Amino acid sequence: MSDPRQLTVAEALGEIGDGSLSADEWFDAYAEAPDELGAYLWRAKGAGAVPTGGEHGPLAGTPVAIKDIFCIEDVPTTAGSRILEGYAPPYTATAVERLLAAGARLLGKTNMDEFAMGSSNENSAFGDVRNPWDRGRVPGGSSGGSAAAVAGGLAPCSIGTDTGGSIRQPAALCGVVGMKPTYGSISRSGMIAFASSLDQCGPLTRDVRDAALLLGALGGGDERDTTSIGFPEPIAIPGREDLEGLRVGVPSELGLEAEGIEAGVRDVFERAVALCERLGADVAETSLPNARHGISAYYVLAPAEASANLARYDGVRFGMRVEAESLDEMYELTRSAGFGPEVKRRIMLGTYALSSGFYEAYYGSAQRVRTLIAGDFAAAFGDFDLLVTPTSPTVAFELGARAADPLAMYMSDYCTVPMSLAGLPAISIPAGLAPPDGGGPELPVGLQITGPAFSESLILDAAHAIEGAVGFDHRPKLAEGRR
Amino acid sequence: MIDREQVLHIARLARLRLDDQEVERMAAELSGILEHVEAIGELDLEGVEPTTHVVALENVLRADVPAPSLDRERALAGAPDSASGSFRVPSPQA
Amino acid sequence: MSAELVPTIGLEIHVQLLTRTKMFCGCELEFGAEPNVHTCPVCLGHPGTLPVPNEQAIESAIRIAVALGCEVAPRSGFHRKNYFYPDLPKGYQISQFDVPLATAGRLGGVRIHRVHLEEDAAKLSHVGETGRIHGSGASLVDFNRGGTPLVEIVTEPDIDDPAAAREWLALLRTTLRQLGVSDVNMEEGSLRCDANVSIRPAASPELGVKTELKNMNSFRYLERGVEAEIARQREIVESGGAVEQETLHFDPAGGTLTPLRSKEYAHDYRYFPEPDLAPVAPSAAAVDAARASLPELPEQRRDRYEADLGLKPEVARRLAFDASLAAFFEEAVTAGSASAPAALANWITGDLVALARERGLEPAATAATPAAVAALVGLLAAGEVNRGGAREVLEVLVRDGGEPAAIVDRLDLGAGDPDELAAIVKRAIEEDADAAAKVRAGEGKAIGALVGAVMRETRGKADGGEVTRLIREQLDL
Repeated sequence: MSDPRQLTVAEALGEIGDGSLSADEWFDAYAEAPDELGAYLWRAKGAGAVPTGGEHGPLAGTPVAIKDIFCIEDVPTTAGSRILEGYAPPYTATAVERLLAAGARLLGKTNMDEFAMGSSNENSAFGDVRNPWDRGRVPGGSSGGSAAAVAGGLAPCSIGTDTGGSIRQPAALCGVVGMKPTYGSISRSGMIAFASSLDQCGPLTRDVRDAALLLGALGGGDERDTTSIGFPEPIAIPGREDLEGLRVGVPSELGLEAEGIEAGVRDVFERAVALCERLGADVAETSLPNARHGISAYYVLAPAEASANLARYDGVRFGMRVEAESLDEMYELTRSAGFGPEVKRRIMLGTYALSSGFYEAYYGSAQRVRTLIAGDFAAAFGDFDLLVTPTSPTVAFELGARAADPLAMYMSDYCTVPMSLAGLPAISIPAGLAPPDGGGPELPVGLQITGPAFSESLILDAAHAIEGAVGFDHRPKLAEGRR
Repeated sequence: MIDREQVLHIARLARLRLDDQEVERMAAELSGILEHVEAIGELDLEGVEPTTHVVALENVLRADVPAPSLDRERALAGAPDSASGSFRVPSPQA
Repeated sequence: MSAELVPTIGLEIHVQLLTRTKMFCGCELEFGAEPNVHTCPVCLGHPGTLPVPNEQAIESAIRIAVALGCEVAPRSGFHRKNYFYPDLPKGYQISQFDVPLATAGRLGGVRIHRVHLEEDAAKLSHVGETGRIHGSGASLVDFNRGGTPLVEIVTEPDIDDPAAAREWLALLRTTLRQLGVSDVNMEEGSLRCDANVSIRPAASPELGVKTELKNMNSFRYLERGVEAEIARQREIVESGGAVEQETLHFDPAGGTLTPLRSKEYAHDYRYFPEPDLAPVAPSAAAVDAARASLPELPEQRRDRYEADLGLKPEVARRLAFDASLAAFFEEAVTAGSASAPAALANWITGDLVALARERGLEPAATAATPAAVAALVGLLAAGEVNRGGAREVLEVLVRDGGEPAAIVDRLDLGAGDPDELAAIVKRAIEEDADAAAKVRAGEGKAIGALVGAVMRETRGKADGGEVTRLIREQLDL
């Protein structure tokens, strides 16, 4: 028997099928692995302690790590925030219910940036997460715990949420596959809201096939979420080995001209584009002229929605409270003690953008920029089947490197935000390794593949072909124990 | 661009209490971010419709059929303070 | 002497819809239940929960809109209205803002500005010095009511006196009750009314600064509150001051108005489109169907009473604008073929309402059935009982019920045999030849003595008109 922690989900399910691995062995291998990365906020005790459901489902016996933003009945759920410390929800998120119904088993809740606000996981109230490729570096965020767990041998797969890049960017920085599907394909019920019009659940896995497997289980309309519609057709298990007949566009604004792109990332990206051509794709440069305004629009819309979404944390019905004599004092003290600096910053930003006299200049304009960006994509998809860009302009940066400069941190999402604004599906797959600017260890670089709404099966197919050609070894060199 | 007074006003609206240092920092940081955001001011947005939802859905409704409620104990279980089957808060009149 | 000052009143009404479940979740609605027994993660605002709109609530709101003659928007959306209060679990209320469900209607001569849908807040009650913190009060929050579907109706400032405001609100209540969309009970809070009040010189086309009067929870308090506020504003203006824009609370006990403590924080609701909810887009066919299915509404009923039944405008209005009275009347009309609708209407809106009110009841709740009242009015028309006797019978009907003819007999109130009455008249003329001569000579007043004699003889049961007619007949006049 091989080490079960080295297997993809599909491989492990195959071994369980032929009797060479038991589901409990698979589960316990992960449940017992020490969490040296700070990836988890809560872990299941072991296979025996976890209820098994859907034994004949497509994920029967699959251990899955859930980002701590998903409510699970009676399981501690904090969204990485002090304000929800001790909170145990009275209900379970639909996405989690669907995974469990497909046979998955809950391995644990993963660490994250507080309320999914961040690109480094340094905004968690419960400690940093380390990048398994270099423990002195961030795993990305906000689904940093999920990405680190999958890359670091602490979970075979995970689910996260992506509002402006929170699945794709950490997947890129940790060298795993992460996919944000089309807005509306997976229910948001039970997923703690950051920015409701952008938030979307998605898988983080070791390879593209596993991503398809999870996506198939997650997708579906839900009567508890009126914005959910599911996938029009079932997700196909990808098997494609080439890109023959596909037109692949490279948007210059998010490609080689992307703001702040590192030389190493540029090299890996150029090689990936060349690879697409070798695989038979018809590759050409294209343009998304308004995409460079994505960050601006995003940092108005997302904080504005967040300022309302986070108003419910008021010390009345759940979560923490700081006692005070007057109601307003209780509100202010509770929220000031419960929220971390980045969350406060975004609440302030969003409150300002919506406040009297500023709505049109900020929120109204940002909504119109959103329309323009969606129009850019629609035009590009008139000429191309898929678009490719780097996922992140940089490789994983060192802990603390951007903590003092919020704007620099926000630029981490430069390449991923436009797709979020347009509600489009996009996947990040490892495309190779590169050193950071200024030198350092070789670190994973992600390639982002985007398609029109509900083109998940096509994206996964193309990603599968590129993945095979890249030949990325998804195991970080943990044994070398950098730092 | 954003001054102390504005920061304090916004903080009050958002029910956040910031100390002097936080107010200063917040004023500087928000100004920096907004300066970047204001680049969208260059765009000609005349006649561009705002996007509120990326998915074009209408009339997604639920039948008026009761679903089970939570047991009261369950509803109150996570409350920081409760009494007489209710959530208790400092009086708004205090 | 200052110019005449005239008041202008606009109303803002909140109506709780009579659905089985809440606006955005499946919790049941029940008035007066134990606190917090009808809550769920959605209506408690738990993290990750999402609203799902109640189809019936939207249908009822459209029904209200078309009944008020509004234009229903082909597409309207929900907005979030942001403010902190313990009765508001999400920190925002889901409401409608720039494009409401419906606009531009009219009811009873008052224009309707807008009709929109929203969710109700929870119930907050102050419990005094029992808080955990020494020396401070505490409040308890009950979320049973939180999330009840609410329709807000805003009028244009078309009302010009407090009594008219009260009457208009009564018309609105009857209209809504007729639609079956709400309990419209002010005491239980299913109908709530705020008033915007201003005054201006009669000659000025411009409205004065308005104040808002909150939550007057009965028709009487609405009238008294608005009266008090007009008086207050008059006094300010007449003494050379300026009315300030503010929100006031009317205390019915002392009849006083107190400004609601000006919020420490200025209001800035930061409305923005609710990303969790798709727009409401009723089809033209659905709106037409709602319009076609409307029952007869009070104003139409009033017109019918005037045109078809010949009722006087005031009587027609009083009956038509009171659904239960109208039903009573119509049942009586159907039952009483012998009685003219106009006479029935007068008896019902007059004596019957008065007698019922003495017992604190609506006519329909008394022992008098519509058929009995119709029969009584029939006896009166046939001269079998006089007006005073009929009133006595009605008193019995209201108290004990029964059959009018039997009551007339039992109480011996019958006008008696016409021949017998003629004989009594004949005797009276013979016994007072003096008076008879004066009447014959054209001294009209003298007939009073003869009528009095007849009435004494019949112990008041005879019909005065009939007696007069008989006297003149026998005197060959």
